[in-house]
Amino acid sequence: MNASDSGLDFSFNRVAAMVRRYWYLLRSSWPRVLDLIYWPTVQMLMWGFLQLYVAQQGGGLFMRASGVFIGAVLLWDILFRGQLGFSISFLEEMWSHNLGNLMMSPLRPVEFIAALMIMSIVRLAIGMIPVTLLAFAFFGFNLWSLGLALAAFFVNLILTSWAIGIFVSGLLLRNGMGAESMAWTIMFLFLPLTCVYYPVTVLPWYLQYVAWSLPPTYVFEGMRALLIDHVFRADLMVEALAFNVVLFAAASFAFLKLLQSARVQGSLLQTGE
Amino acid sequence: MQFTAGLRSLKLVAVLRGLRFLRRSVTSGPRMDAQSTSAIAVDRLVKLYKGVAAVDGITFRLAPGSITGLLGGNGAGKTTTIAMIMGLVTPTSGTVSVLGARMPDERYRVLHRMNFESPYVALPMRLTVRQNLSVFAQLYAVADIDERIAALAADLDLGEFLDRPAGKLSAGQKTRVSLAKALLNRPEILLLDEPTASLDPDTADWVRERLEHYRRAQGATVLLASHNMTEVERLCERVIIMKKGRIEDDDTPQRLLARYGRETLEEVFLDVARGRAEQHEAAQ
Repeated sequence: MNASDSGLDFSFNRVAAMVRRYWYLLRSSWPRVLDLIYWPTVQMLMWGFLQLYVAQQGGGLFMRASGVFIGAVLLWDILFRGQLGFSISFLEEMWSHNLGNLMMSPLRPVEFIAALMIMSIVRLAIGMIPVTLLAFAFFGFNLWSLGLALAAFFVNLILTSWAIGIFVSGLLLRNGMGAESMAWTIMFLFLPLTCVYYPVTVLPWYLQYVAWSLPPTYVFEGMRALLIDHVFRADLMVEALAFNVVLFAAASFAFLKLLQSARVQGSLLQTGE
Repeated sequence: MQFTAGLRSLKLVAVLRGLRFLRRSVTSGPRMDAQSTSAIAVDRLVKLYKGVAAVDGITFRLAPGSITGLLGGNGAGKTTTIAMIMGLVTPTSGTVSVLGARMPDERYRVLHRMNFESPYVALPMRLTVRQNLSVFAQLYAVADIDERIAALAADLDLGEFLDRPAGKLSAGQKTRVSLAKALLNRPEILLLDEPTASLDPDTADWVRERLEHYRRAQGATVLLASHNMTEVERLCERVIIMKKGRIEDDDTPQRLLARYGRETLEEVFLDVARGRAEQHEAAQ
């Protein structure tokens, strides 16, 4: 069996077709674009003002490191919105009953996933760039000043968000719209466990093991090290990357298995509830 | 007395079915030869869902350039059969081969040479017709996309709504657009699931005419699942009638009409659907 038979060959042209399809969709609907900016802005403003208030009350940590909360909320949004951007693009196919057309076209699963990844970055950029500028305008917090550290944070967070997005897409293929709520809620399980707003040491010892097995924990610890102690922890980023490679491989494997199961169960024919 | 007569009828039905099977086997020729020369070869295909047979051991072969109707009531197994031919559903047992590629394992060898149309899938509603066709043309690696869309728009009369969102089209317009999508890559194999469902008679007739035209012009192999007997009678040179996942009959429309002594395929279909076929065969 050659690469073409197994679906392992890759066409940038087909990926471009899918990206174009999502771009057309985004362009045709201003509420969709607004939705990308709305929640990150609300979140950033709320946490920003809370941080301001705590600092005014003499919070020692906040006096030392302004922007910990805003930084955390912005990085959390990269993680959360990255996964949501991936999953919503996938859900668009289910909502429009177009999945059958795609599954019976020459589009390979790997190309479909590549297009969803690109769209998650496009959606993230539309939502997050204005919010980072607002954070600077309102609270003087410049996320972009983190430079290379920001790039390392971003790469690790987006890899995790894609891995979760791939897994959720597999669940949707296998279980139909009954699994839709997973797309919206699964990432919230990471919120307490990856220690977005507090250090890992706050967790009970047994949960600390769980936390350290999740790549975003390393990123949020790294962010606090950078903002509070002004140290860039490259070791944490390398560890996060290693965990991400494992997570991404596991999610891809799960996706292919769920797709295979969907073909056996005939669930690709019924993509409704 | 009655019991003996019933037993005789049953034996007769069994003998008739055996003869029909033998006739089909003989005309189909050896399996390997037939598979290599068939556009679609379905062999002892079974699909079970939780132990229930949606498709129950069907075998048929479609010659290149032929147009075949797959008839059957709801739950007869038509859509599942088509889905297995497209590689969308994995068979429980048996094989499906399309243009020499075994489905679903080798589907990527042939998917670009196939296409399908069904009212149960839709094109993204917010994209315009042109955008939709252009995206699918790129997925199917169609050369000269704009030219192909223009040709299809002229052929299927899409010009008036080419730049309108797909969601704002009438049922008839949507069907024409779906047909355009199905013909984008000039498929050698065209699978159609209820292509004229929910269309008015005029539009349905128009769609049939275009399908007929395409098949003749391209020499494509067409498999058409339908409830619409007029459609099948008009378009198909061969009819496969399915019931409860099995093939109940398989012949040309003319021979079916003659064999059942009926004037329309609808009457033949009703005979098969209501189990009158066995009575009819027994009576003969």
